[in-house]
Amino acid sequence: MRYTYEGNGYKGWEKNLDFFGKDFLVELFYKMLRIRMIEEEIEGRYHDDFMKTPIHLVIGQEATAVGACSALKYSDLLYSGHRTHGAYLGKGGDLKKMLSEMHCKSNGCVGSRGGSMHLIDPDVGMAWSSAIVGGALPIATGAALASQVRKENNVIMVFLGDGGTEEGVCSESLNFAALKKLPIIFFCENNFYSVQSPLQTRQPKRDIVRWAEGHDVNAIAVDGTNVLDVYKTARNAVEDIKNGSGPWFIEAKVYRFRAHGGAGDDSKTGYRDIKEREAWEKQCPVNSYSSFLMRNNILANQQRLDMERKIKIEIKDAFDFALNSPEPQKTDLYQFVYAD
Amino acid sequence: MPWDEGLVNSLVYDEPDPDQGRVLSYPHALNESLDLALSGDPSVMILGQGVDDPSAMFGTTKGLRERHGNARVFDTPLSEEGMMGICTGAAMRGMRPVYMHNRPDFILLAFNQLITHASKCHFMDNGLNKVPLVVWAAIGRGWGSGAQHSQAIQGLLIGVPGLKIVMPSTPYDAKGLMLEAIYDNSPTLIFEHRWLMKKSGFVPEKKYTVPIGKGIVRREGKDVTIVGASHAIELAFQASKKLFEIGIDVEVIDLRTIQPLDDEIIGNSLKKTGRLLVVDTGWAIGGVCAEIGFRAAEKWFSDLKSPVRRIGLPDVPTPAGYGLEQFFYPTADNIAETVREMCVKK
Repeated sequence: MRYTYEGNGYKGWEKNLDFFGKDFLVELFYKMLRIRMIEEEIEGRYHDDFMKTPIHLVIGQEATAVGACSALKYSDLLYSGHRTHGAYLGKGGDLKKMLSEMHCKSNGCVGSRGGSMHLIDPDVGMAWSSAIVGGALPIATGAALASQVRKENNVIMVFLGDGGTEEGVCSESLNFAALKKLPIIFFCENNFYSVQSPLQTRQPKRDIVRWAEGHDVNAIAVDGTNVLDVYKTARNAVEDIKNGSGPWFIEAKVYRFRAHGGAGDDSKTGYRDIKEREAWEKQCPVNSYSSFLMRNNILANQQRLDMERKIKIEIKDAFDFALNSPEPQKTDLYQFVYAD
Repeated sequence: MPWDEGLVNSLVYDEPDPDQGRVLSYPHALNESLDLALSGDPSVMILGQGVDDPSAMFGTTKGLRERHGNARVFDTPLSEEGMMGICTGAAMRGMRPVYMHNRPDFILLAFNQLITHASKCHFMDNGLNKVPLVVWAAIGRGWGSGAQHSQAIQGLLIGVPGLKIVMPSTPYDAKGLMLEAIYDNSPTLIFEHRWLMKKSGFVPEKKYTVPIGKGIVRREGKDVTIVGASHAIELAFQASKKLFEIGIDVEVIDLRTIQPLDDEIIGNSLKKTGRLLVVDTGWAIGGVCAEIGFRAAEKWFSDLKSPVRRIGLPDVPTPAGYGLEQFFYPTADNIAETVREMCVKK
C-alpha cells in the first residue's frame, strides 16, 4: 500500500457540534448521501448505454464536494476539472438537467454539447469546467480578477486534483492570484492517482501545501474524508478572503473508490493495491459521518432510511425525465460558434 | 540595433493625402482606439508583457495606464498560457480584455487556453457564456527576428472554429477593426505586421468601426485579382504599379479579416478577372493561401481562366540572417512576375 489514511476521523469533533447547528449537520449528511446515491445509480445504469458520455464518479469524494460547496453562496462561483458530478450537485445544480446532459438530450444543462465533464449551471454559480487538467485554473483566476475589478464582493473556488498541480498553468495561476490578491480558493482534491499513475511517479516526495505556499498564497491541509473539517476550513478561507487576505489553497487528501473513469473499480488491473482501497473505504465519507452523527444522537437510523427513500424517488424521477427528454436537432449543431 | 530601425525607416509607403483628413501613424491610430475603448466602457482592460513600459508596444499603449489606471491597464507575468486563461475567465465574467503580445510566437505558448478553451467556451456551454476577448500581436520581420520571432501563425488558426482573425493593412482599419474586435462578443485575434507600424494614413478622430468579415477593393482592375491582407496588400500595390506599366490591370482585394472570410468580394472580382493570385504573409501550405485557393476550386471554378496561384512563405522556417532572408520573403517583383505568367499562359 502506497497511500494510507493519516487523519483522525471525527475524533474530537463532538465538541464543535454547537458551532454548526443540528439542522446544518444533518443537511451536510443529506447532501453527501444524495451524491453517493446518484453516483451509484449512474454507475448501475451505465452499461445500459443510454448515457453515451464518459463518467468520472466521485464515490469516496463526497465530503470535499459538499464541505467545500457548503461554504459558498450562490453568488460565489465554482469552477472544476473533469470530475464534475460532485461539484455540480454540491453547488446546487439541477439533477434533471444533469442527467439530461448525460443522456445527450437537448435540454441538458449545456444542450448535449458538454456531457458529464461539463456540468454547468450559472443559476447556482456552477460557472464552468474544463476537461483538460489544469484548464479551469486560469479561467477561474480570471473570474476572480473580474470580480475584483468589478467589485462584486464574491469568492471564486476552483477544484483541481493532485495532477492539476503539475501543470505549469497551476503555478502561473497561483502566482497571478497572489500578485493581485485575488478572491479565489484553489481546492485541491489529492486522490493520489492521475488515471492510473501514482503521485510518487509524478512528483518528488513533498508536501503540496508547502509547494503552494511557495507561491505566496495562504495554504492549509484538511482531512478530505471529514466533511466538517472541509467545510470549516473552506468557510474560514471565504471569510478571510472577504477580509482581504488574497488567495487560499486547500489540500484535501481523499480517495476515489472507483476507476478514474467509467463504472466500477479498476484496482485489480494492478496499478494500485486493492487493500489500499479497502483501507480507505473504512473512512468512507458518507458512512463515517453517518456514524458520527448517530453516535451523537443527531441522526437516527430511521431518518437515514427515510432520506434514502426520498432520494431514490427523486433519482428515479430525474432518470425518467432525462430518458424521455427531446433529442437535439441538426440545426442545433451550428448554434453558438460565434456569440451575438 | 540601429540597422534594424534604418531598415524599417527605409520602407517607402505612399504619402497620405492631408486633404483627405487628419493623418496619424499606425501605432497612434491603435493608441487612439484603445484610449476610446477604455474611456467608453469600464469593462475594457489592456494587458500584456510591457504594455506600460517606455516603448509601450510600438507606442500603441502609450499613456494608457496613466490615463486609465493600473486596474485596467497592466503589465503581466511571463505566463502566456495562464494569462490567456485569465483573460478568457475575465471575459466570461463581463470584462473585455485586450491581451497584447509583441509577437505571435508568444501566443503559441497559450494555444491550450486559446484553442481548447477560449474559442470553444461559448459553444461548449450552449451559449451560456460569451468570451469577448481580443488577442493582439505584431508579426515580426527582419533584423534577425529569425525562426522564433517572426512566425505569421494565421494559417494555423484559420481552421479553429469560434475564432475570428483580423489583419488590417491601414491605420484607418487598424483603429476601426480594433474597436470592432473589442465590441465583438467572440474571441478575436488581431495580427498586425511590424512593418506597417511605420505607415501613416487618414484616421478620423471620432469613434468608428470597420466590420469584421468584410473585405474591401483597394484597387479596381480587370485582368487579375490579387487577394491578401495586412502587409501583403502593400506588396500587391507595388506589384500592381509595375504591372500597369506593362498593360496588366490588377484588382487588389484587402480581406481585412481572415476568418470569417469575405467570399462574396472574392467571387465578384473573379467574375470580372477570371484570374486569382493569393498572397499571404504566412506559409503558403495549409494556410490562408490554401484555403482561398480551395474555395476558388469549389465555388468559382467556372469563372477561372487560368490556374489559381499563391505566394506565401516557402516550406522552411524563417532564417535569422539578412542574406538568407532575401530568398525567403515574397517581394513585389515575385508577385509581378507571377501575375505576368498568369496572363501569358491562358
